[in-house]
Amino acid sequence: MDTSLEITQPKMQVRNLYKVFGSAPDAAIEMLKRGVSKDEILEKTKQSVGLADVSFDVYDGEILVIMGLSGSGKSTLVRCLNRLIEPSKGSIIIDDCEITQLNTEGLRNLRRKKFGMIFQHFALFPHRTVQQNAEFGLEVQGEDKETRVEKAREALKQVGLEGWEDSYPSQLSGGMQQRVGLARGLAVNPDILLMDEAFSALDPLIRRDMQHELVELQDRFKKTIIFITHDLDEALEIGDRIILMKDGRIVQIGTPEEILTQPANDYVARFIENVDMTKVLTASSVMTRSKTVAYPKDGLRTMLHKMRDAGISSIFVVNRDKTLLGIVMAQDCNDALKSGSKTIEDILIRNIPTTGLDEPVTNLIAIMAEANLPLPVVSETGKLHGVIVRGSLLAGIAEGGLAPLEPLDSPSVEVVS
Amino acid sequence: MNIPKFPLARYIDNILDYLTDHLAWFTKGASEIMSTAMEYAVDALLAVPSWLFILVVAAIAYKVVGKRMALGTMLGLFFLENLHLWEPTMETLVLVLIATVVAVVIGIPLGILAAIFDGAHRVIMPLLDFMQTMPAFVYLIPAIPFFGLGPVAAIFSTVIFAMPPAIRLTSLGIRQVPADLVEAADSYGCDRRQKLLKLQLPLAMPTIMAGVNQTIMLALSMVVIAAMIGAGGLGGEVWKAIQRLHPGKGFEAGIGIVIIAMILDRFTSKFGHSKTND
Repeated sequence: MDTSLEITQPKMQVRNLYKVFGSAPDAAIEMLKRGVSKDEILEKTKQSVGLADVSFDVYDGEILVIMGLSGSGKSTLVRCLNRLIEPSKGSIIIDDCEITQLNTEGLRNLRRKKFGMIFQHFALFPHRTVQQNAEFGLEVQGEDKETRVEKAREALKQVGLEGWEDSYPSQLSGGMQQRVGLARGLAVNPDILLMDEAFSALDPLIRRDMQHELVELQDRFKKTIIFITHDLDEALEIGDRIILMKDGRIVQIGTPEEILTQPANDYVARFIENVDMTKVLTASSVMTRSKTVAYPKDGLRTMLHKMRDAGISSIFVVNRDKTLLGIVMAQDCNDALKSGSKTIEDILIRNIPTTGLDEPVTNLIAIMAEANLPLPVVSETGKLHGVIVRGSLLAGIAEGGLAPLEPLDSPSVEVVS
Repeated sequence: MNIPKFPLARYIDNILDYLTDHLAWFTKGASEIMSTAMEYAVDALLAVPSWLFILVVAAIAYKVVGKRMALGTMLGLFFLENLHLWEPTMETLVLVLIATVVAVVIGIPLGILAAIFDGAHRVIMPLLDFMQTMPAFVYLIPAIPFFGLGPVAAIFSTVIFAMPPAIRLTSLGIRQVPADLVEAADSYGCDRRQKLLKLQLPLAMPTIMAGVNQTIMLALSMVVIAAMIGAGGLGGEVWKAIQRLHPGKGFEAGIGIVIIAMILDRFTSKFGHSKTND
């Protein structure tokens, strides 16, 4: 599956993590390994299972959403990552540092430098002003007053709270309070932001705004964010990848589209059945790969030949590195040949509408309704990734985005109109 | 069946005798020094003309609390002056303030310990129950061999009697800080000292001040009882009135104590609340 994520060395690796609440976790872990269910373990050993064999990676600069209903272990999981809750067993590695082995001192430094945490009920300090709340992490690190004030002010500006520095949290609305929480997290410039149901206590409109702003912030600063939520819509909205949890275990890890299009089991399938596909499917999931492209050095005859072979009436012209240059119509090509011209310069249409990989399908429907050329899908760097034609768009929606699963068999660029 | 009486009283006496034999040189010496210091303090307060003292206290009351408090303070203190109770009033003030300061200086750290360490909590809390339910008079008896008759023995027993609320409410205030705030502080890497100074103590402050307020009130009631071992002050006046069966005099001094209590109470409860609203 094509994702826009560059797969590199993971920022954080979690391996076989267990958390059992109770006095004798080892016995419970053994039972978990044998596949005994959470309820049965509680009944037999009085040990409550928080996490069972959880393994996943977190990549630099992604928003990883951990989703599950209450009691699924998602809050336990996020607290194990910075050891607010002590994991019973397993390994957590951030930048080659094994967190579960750290002593008190090391753990404190880790929390100060690597993490910023944002809480469901804000957890702002009521006796401190907005500014002082934002300064908190830096103060704990021992930063001097000047740096502290400046960085906190900067963070407050990022979340749009300029001018509120001297207010107290209780004077602010819920949405604004959570902005303060966000600023407190951003001010320390952490490697990883942990957001525990950060928007769940906000009313729906504010919540939507905050989601958008978070995605925007992430685009700008490329923060790695681990976001906990129980809300599927929220997960689909902001997540680059989603981890779905149930009873302390991971049910599925994948991009929003993977979760929607290839649910791992019935549980996931039931979870997602009410999702409006057009909102989540993106251009990359309904496009077809453009196998047939032309290069600037190709002669007019070659192009015509390629088009005829593929049965299409227009062809995209790209550089060697796949950067999209424009489109050439078969008709123009034919005319140019007849008039004796040999280069494509005169007939190359350069300013054509394009769309990005992450463009939601909802937006594409409107564009496609008016266009009579295929719509090229290009990456941020201008490289051609695929093409959307009306047929593939409709098929994609109808099949819930199954189209890209068989990109190699699908026909090349073709103009429907 | 004939079980012999457990000689608890004798054991306690033996322990106290042992302690007095070995510590009295020190406690008596300290007592000398302290009572001299207290005399100086009372003399210093008495050297201030009473009208000036009243005006200053009223001005502070105006600044800290408000107009009505200032007026009440002024009237109350003038009334005491008018009843010729000025000197015992000053003595009582000094006793109460010293006892309170000592109780708070010992009590708040103990309260913090009890809040942070469950072990300390389990040891300290029953001890406090013991200290509070033991009749106050009992503390007077051992104070005498250690400190001799006089104000220092009175302060000693007052401190023991008045300290529990300071400990209890400090511990309670810290334990009442919402868990999610403590978690937030932890998540940003606070060490124990930072957590205490930046979060727990500021948020516990109103409760701690309520404890200090209670300590002052208990100290005030104890210095009256402590008049029996020579504490002097307004309590001494009451004690004299009891012995000579002068109900009028007794009420005069009693009202004096009520006035002092009200002034101290309003002051300290105001300090407790001034930081919470925001």
